[in-house]
Amino acid sequence: MADTRPAPRVGLFVTCLVDVYRPTVGFAAVKLLEDAGCTVEVPASQTCCGQPAFNAGDRATARDLARSTIAAFEGFDHVVVPSGSCAGQIRKHYPELLADDPAWAARARHLSARTHELVSFLTDVLGVTDTGARYDGTITYHDSCSGLREMGVKEQPRRLLAKVEGLTLNELPGAEVCCGFGGTFCVKYPDISNRMVEAKTADIKETKADTLLAGDMGCLLNMAGKLKREGSAVRVRHVAEVLAGVTDTPPIGEPIKSGRA
Amino acid sequence: MQPTTHAFPENARKALSDERLQKVLAIAPAGFVNRRKQAADRLPEFEALRDQGRDLKNHVLANLDTYLEAFEGKVTEQGGHVHWCRTDQEARDAILGICRKVGAKTVTKGKSMISEEIGINDYLEANGLTPIETDLGEYIIQLRREPPSHIIAPAFHLSKADVEGTFRQAHTDLPADRVLDEPKVLIAEARQVLRRKFQQADVGITGANIMVAETGSTVIVTNEGNGDLTQILPRVHVVIATIDKVVPTLEDAALVLRLLARSATGQETSAYTTFSTGPRRPGDLDGPEEFHVVLLDNGRSALLGTEFQDVLRCIRCGACMNHCPVYGSVGGHAYGWVYPGPIGSVMQPALLGVKEAGHLPNASTFCGRCEAVCPMRIPLPKMMRHWREKEFEQNLQPATMRRGLALWGWFARRPALYHAAARMAARALGMLGRGKGRFARLPLAQGWTQHRDMPAPEGRTFQQMWAEKKAAEKKGTR
Repeated sequence: MADTRPAPRVGLFVTCLVDVYRPTVGFAAVKLLEDAGCTVEVPASQTCCGQPAFNAGDRATARDLARSTIAAFEGFDHVVVPSGSCAGQIRKHYPELLADDPAWAARARHLSARTHELVSFLTDVLGVTDTGARYDGTITYHDSCSGLREMGVKEQPRRLLAKVEGLTLNELPGAEVCCGFGGTFCVKYPDISNRMVEAKTADIKETKADTLLAGDMGCLLNMAGKLKREGSAVRVRHVAEVLAGVTDTPPIGEPIKSGRA
Repeated sequence: MQPTTHAFPENARKALSDERLQKVLAIAPAGFVNRRKQAADRLPEFEALRDQGRDLKNHVLANLDTYLEAFEGKVTEQGGHVHWCRTDQEARDAILGICRKVGAKTVTKGKSMISEEIGINDYLEANGLTPIETDLGEYIIQLRREPPSHIIAPAFHLSKADVEGTFRQAHTDLPADRVLDEPKVLIAEARQVLRRKFQQADVGITGANIMVAETGSTVIVTNEGNGDLTQILPRVHVVIATIDKVVPTLEDAALVLRLLARSATGQETSAYTTFSTGPRRPGDLDGPEEFHVVLLDNGRSALLGTEFQDVLRCIRCGACMNHCPVYGSVGGHAYGWVYPGPIGSVMQPALLGVKEAGHLPNASTFCGRCEAVCPMRIPLPKMMRHWREKEFEQNLQPATMRRGLALWGWFARRPALYHAAARMAARALGMLGRGKGRFARLPLAQGWTQHRDMPAPEGRTFQQMWAEKKAAEKKGTR
């Protein structure tokens, strides 16, 4: 019998870094969601989830941005985020941030319950087992901290990657150890951050993978930046790009080929 | 110990360029991490025990006065004495007073972080007594006149060769041509030296991992047995502990012990777990003639009822620092005072003030590994964030960061302007960076580019491209 349920209506929370740095990830996310039967909308009134303010101790700004994000995403069946970190902010921290605000506490909890990190949404909510993509290469995967520890993303990307044709996964030693990005941490304590990302790139090189994947742009920019500085040829991409088979954009930190805007 | 916590960035830089230290840090934490994991995996109920531990401590903290008074009553009933001390100075004076009263000259010590917190060794020395650390690690760093760099492994920052050098310098009465190349030999030598000290001591000071209210017992765990000799051989046993270490019953103590050893060293139980209940009774074969508990607050009670209360659940296992990538990069001394690692990043601002210790809660990526392994489920990142909130409220953050954040916040509250600014940034950086795909240098981003390249953006924002796509689709369907 054909599935007669209406397509789930998904609001895409783009995230600042995907918006500015890598629209490709946004389009890859849309493709994955649409292929899985969702209707995707992108509210233009969204900005930032507020995590930078929240982690800087500026609760007032964080609360303001939480309220406007909640308002922007009311009415969707699900809100999906191609980042464990921004998703964690909405899911884990919004209810706490607005707990004592009678007008917003329930709305915060409601959004929290409907908000998902992209890859785990595909597997855990939509039941996707194979995205039908092909990628010729050996990849390694870094577990971004918030995705792993706030959103429980661990096996889901590996399950889907295992089904990508042509792809081999070499596990990254210390995959669960932070890459040293940490938002403003990396510029407030550059020497410590450098020590951490150095250790990470050494582990990446040890895997002999030609491609590094992860689910968060912050970590990816950090690791790609370090790999490039070290002269490494390892290609760096968001996991959504490979899962969606959207790999015509050059890897992160590689030159844009001529003829493209 | 004079804190240098305010100089954390400089301390960290020094630690990062200390090759000897970096060699130690490259290996040592992994051992702790693996052993803890194996121990936790071997015990099916480990996660449930963590819940129980959290609940137990929450209950104790909600009824702290009751349990502390019950504990005092039991200690007194058995002929011991409890000295209530509000501050570190009161605790130092209480301990010195006990030592003076019995005419003590030599004082042996078991490992105790609280004794580091109150700086008892320096105080006793300044007052003409000789304190001797008997835990091997503590003994080594006492000889070197260094503070501990880890709460359960005080000499964590040292290699075997460092220890050999220290012993050769200190133990001048031993033959200079002796071979000291193995840990076993080093331990034997320390034992030999310390045996004499144990016999000379008039007072023995230990900490307490746990205080049991129903029996008036204090509990220590060690792996060397030095704690037992410290508290049994001298005439007087002084326990120094803070108020958060009390639990109601022996069964509760057993719960803490099951979590403590596994989380700390990956052992199922420490080699020695010693319960001390009052002084020697008639008919006892050994034990001290006097039993004192110096019960210290030093700012703990001020945390009750605040957003920092949960930190008082800590049982000082050290798992948070063993798993911390920042601690693993800079080691313990960079934190500038007694408590390093994530627990230190929450405790030090509480004990020293956020002005002195404000760097520590900021020097975290919030990776959450500490909270993921804390046996008492202390939400350490959340508490560090609360300290950042205190800093923000008190206007203590650097002006550039505040201004930058305020400007960003202004834009982020205005979607149309935010998207316009995003378009401009993406376009400008995209144009400039497309040739290479990255920047080796970028104005205002030196903190980033001194160590790594900045990848260039694609050139247009997602929102912009999405709007165009939707507009085109609309046109197409019309």
